[in-house]
Amino acid sequence: MPEPTIYDISSPGRQGMYYPDPDVPLASLPDSLIRKDFPFPEISEIDVVRHYTRLSQLNHGVDTGFYPLGSCTMKYNPKINEETARMPGFTQLHPLQPFETAQGALGLMYETQEWLKAISGFDAVTLQPAAGAHGEMTGVLIMKAYHRSRGDNKRIKMLLPDSAHGTNPASSAMTGLKSVQILSDERGNVDLAALRAECDDTLAGLMITNPNTLGLFDENLEEVVKIVHDAGGLVYGDGANLNAIMGISRPADSGIDVMHFNLHKTFSTPHGGGGPGSGPVGVTAELSQFLPSPIVDIIEDADDDGAPLYGLVTPENTIGRVKSFHGHFGILVRAFTYMIMLGEKGLRQASEHAVLNANYLQALLRDTYKIPHDRICMHEFVMEGHWEDAPGIHALDISKRLMDFGFHPPTNYFPLIVPEALMIEPTETENKETLDAFVDALIQIADEAHNNPEILQNAPHNTLFGRMDEVQAARNLVLCCWLPEDYEESAPQPLILD
Amino acid sequence: MFLPHTDSDREAMLRTIGVERMEDLFQSLPTANLFPNLSLPDGLTEMEAQGELQHIASANETAQDLVSFLGAGVYNHYCPSVVDSILRRGEFYTAYTPYQPEISQGTLQAIFEYQSLIVNLTGMEASNASHYDGATAIAEAVNMAYHVHRTKRKKIILSPGLHPHHRETVHTYIQDSSIQIVGENLSIEAGPEEIINLIDQDTALVVMQYPDFFGRIYDFSALVEAAHAAKALVAVHVNPLALGMLTPPGDFGADIVTGEGQSLGIPMSYGGPYLGIFATRSKYVRKMAGRLVGETTDSKGQRGYVLTLSTREQHIRRERAISNICSNQGLLALAAGIYMSLLGKNGLRQVAELNYHKAHYAAQKIAAIPGFEIAFESPFFNEFAVRCPRPAAEIADHLLTHHDIIAGYDLGQDYDGMENHLLIAVTEMNSREEIDYLVETLSEEPHA
Amino acid sequence: MDTPKDLVFTSNDEWVRVEGDTATIGITDYAQDQLSDIVFVEYLVDEGEDIDKGDACVTVESVKASAEVYMPLSGEILAINEDLTEIPEKVNSDPYGAAWMVKVKISDTSELAELLDLAAYNALDRDH
Repeated sequence: MPEPTIYDISSPGRQGMYYPDPDVPLASLPDSLIRKDFPFPEISEIDVVRHYTRLSQLNHGVDTGFYPLGSCTMKYNPKINEETARMPGFTQLHPLQPFETAQGALGLMYETQEWLKAISGFDAVTLQPAAGAHGEMTGVLIMKAYHRSRGDNKRIKMLLPDSAHGTNPASSAMTGLKSVQILSDERGNVDLAALRAECDDTLAGLMITNPNTLGLFDENLEEVVKIVHDAGGLVYGDGANLNAIMGISRPADSGIDVMHFNLHKTFSTPHGGGGPGSGPVGVTAELSQFLPSPIVDIIEDADDDGAPLYGLVTPENTIGRVKSFHGHFGILVRAFTYMIMLGEKGLRQASEHAVLNANYLQALLRDTYKIPHDRICMHEFVMEGHWEDAPGIHALDISKRLMDFGFHPPTNYFPLIVPEALMIEPTETENKETLDAFVDALIQIADEAHNNPEILQNAPHNTLFGRMDEVQAARNLVLCCWLPEDYEESAPQPLILD
Repeated sequence: MFLPHTDSDREAMLRTIGVERMEDLFQSLPTANLFPNLSLPDGLTEMEAQGELQHIASANETAQDLVSFLGAGVYNHYCPSVVDSILRRGEFYTAYTPYQPEISQGTLQAIFEYQSLIVNLTGMEASNASHYDGATAIAEAVNMAYHVHRTKRKKIILSPGLHPHHRETVHTYIQDSSIQIVGENLSIEAGPEEIINLIDQDTALVVMQYPDFFGRIYDFSALVEAAHAAKALVAVHVNPLALGMLTPPGDFGADIVTGEGQSLGIPMSYGGPYLGIFATRSKYVRKMAGRLVGETTDSKGQRGYVLTLSTREQHIRRERAISNICSNQGLLALAAGIYMSLLGKNGLRQVAELNYHKAHYAAQKIAAIPGFEIAFESPFFNEFAVRCPRPAAEIADHLLTHHDIIAGYDLGQDYDGMENHLLIAVTEMNSREEIDYLVETLSEEPHA
Repeated sequence: MDTPKDLVFTSNDEWVRVEGDTATIGITDYAQDQLSDIVFVEYLVDEGEDIDKGDACVTVESVKASAEVYMPLSGEILAINEDLTEIPEKVNSDPYGAAWMVKVKISDTSELAELLDLAAYNALDRDH
């Protein structure tokens, strides 16, 4: 039974939040600037609470069940993160306060930069970008600024392996670069011959996702980096998959020049139904002068008994500001809490177990599903969701059927280089029983695909909602709702003084 | 930490994989510097981490410790307890983007309702599921208008009343394009008439702020008419809370409304995460970046919601996409949706008016202090600029040090010649006592 | 679906009907089938514009894909089929008839030689 909208449950005269009477004299309102009508819902507090509570119950989240959505890293979001981010010392802090009154926040940001530097091997970090794609754009602007600073103005080409994240081509194009795709070889690595063929003096750089979206660590990474560097280009690392290699391998050690982190993937901050994310960017010492403004630094060293004085500084040749203020601070608090709880050893263990869990699933599924690049994977792997002897079954059907078992489906149809792709990322926080139950479900589904295909094609069966008509949604666009036509609309109630 | 496996689980799993040790899983990695020493500390238990974060948080002096009149784009409003109580539901905050609509109707319907509320609040026809913040929403508006004109019009007019961070962000976004920014050299005294003079046949977009960075409210009707006569678009950047009482931009013909949604129930949190509002006319929906939720029907005939028009987006259109945006501010859009539902029509009007009346009370009192005057004559909402008898930085510093007051924002930081100007914001959180205290301490200021 | 006999094609799945110095252009049945349910058609050109061969002139979108239609020939746009922006599903139901997309006045007849006949079009390698 669908939940009515807040517009459906509105009733004239209701209100869910009240304010004290004004304790100052009322000023006159400039009548010509005052809105006359306001078609807006009116709902009591309990009805608002019940409405949104019922909506929440229509969602699958990490807290309600297994969520092996490849590339999205749906690991457990520790509850303590939510507590620390809500400490009034953080939530009540205005971003433009004098920096002397925000030393706790600035210190936390400084330390977060230090942790990210240590984990990645980079020399400098900005915390400003709001999400992964925003970090990509920031990184690409830094690469362009580097070439420009050297008077090297003909570098207009960005190379993108076909196993890169989907946002990479768009991020590169947003800055005016021309995208050129580089194919993968049969082992899922960047094809070195194809790469060499594109490396000329118009090369701005390469954007490589490593581990890539097949869940594979590029076996020739150092060679790839060398080819690009030899041609005068820079290497951008899409760090969305850093969660596989924390404490194991540092991207900067492999020669990568600039990389974004996804705090909402690697560092356990929640995805929030689509955001907020947080996409800090790390760079080599040479590129640090181009970072967006501002970054946090120590502006006065600690004396013997005190903490240093932190402040916001502008890098010398900054590309400028990429958003207002200093980044998604509330997300930084969560990521920082996570990092200090794990510590050096815990970070490595998190990555190791993410890789262990993915390989365990891959081992148990390889006899039932085709795995096109079958070798030791990192934190995720990609299998094909179709069989020659089960025509009419698509990856989408398998995904929908998984919902009947209480699982969120894997990522579908991505990466594009694997037909009918099912991209599975279990994350390190799932136990063996959950993984075994997921394998059992997938094996049963494979059997059904061959013997009872309708049960897949009509799935899901056990969810409150069935498959949605996406064609109808796109052809007859309905993007918002309104108060019912017979709703008794009245002008909004102005304040009056008793 | 947060790892469930027992030793025997681990051994069994490694056996199933066919390797002996964890390290064997990393054979394809470069051997140089494998398993590096990071020189990071050992982990902490939850108790210890909580204590550590408490210690850090207590090193900040917040709006709870100080009397604050600081705004400049971020406002200390009351966040109703209902908002956070809903945001803490794991079903909402531990879900991903609603790519599988059958098991994501909660997120989808909440966003659909958010879109509806934004449409009604702004008087526009369609809203997306949000951008990162107000600044990036404006950058996306610039990008959209440029593409609406098929990149043939190069000129974007930015009002001098636009928030300085927003202007800087637009410059960063367009630094390598052929877009040309004009209008910023106008005097900050310039009103809509001076902007009208800049509009020509090469103008793709005019960006105005409402209320503007200095708190001022202008009537933009004539400006919109002039822009439309030249086939240019107009984007109006709003403080959404002010629209509880002010005429919405849709009513005077805006083509795009962007906004910083922080004032809709989102805590200040030292700068984010906030909410980038973006609404437009139906005819431009396909040029709008960002996710969109649409209504449809499921296989059982029930009303349901899906992400729609995704062919505009980066994952399908790749390098041909207008924007690279992927994440929205899902949880913050939910917060704003709950806030707007809870307050409703009358609550929003009341809180907007409280801001208005308190700010006007403060302005009137401050204007009566010898040596202080209100800088602009225009109507204002909850923020106003004051010309002080000496540098604002000195006054602010003195009030903070001696009276625990954050007096406002020193405009000299961003505007040459405005060293003596203080931007003062007053919200429903400031009591009459606090305002009187500010006035009293300003009156005692040595004016030498 | 039977393919009309009077058409020539591009390897990018556009069809062309030449009548005197006018060419009518659309997308093939194969193309509409690959895209599946078309939900949106947008014109990137206006009547009266001179367009070069190879320039994108129309965007066609389904729920999951977006494709551009490229000009098979250079010339002045004589007419665009506005109906398709209202009823995009016509591209699925009648790709060779009601779903014609643009009419152009051919400016360079030598370009005609590069178009494929039906046999050559059907013989295209689809494995890309």
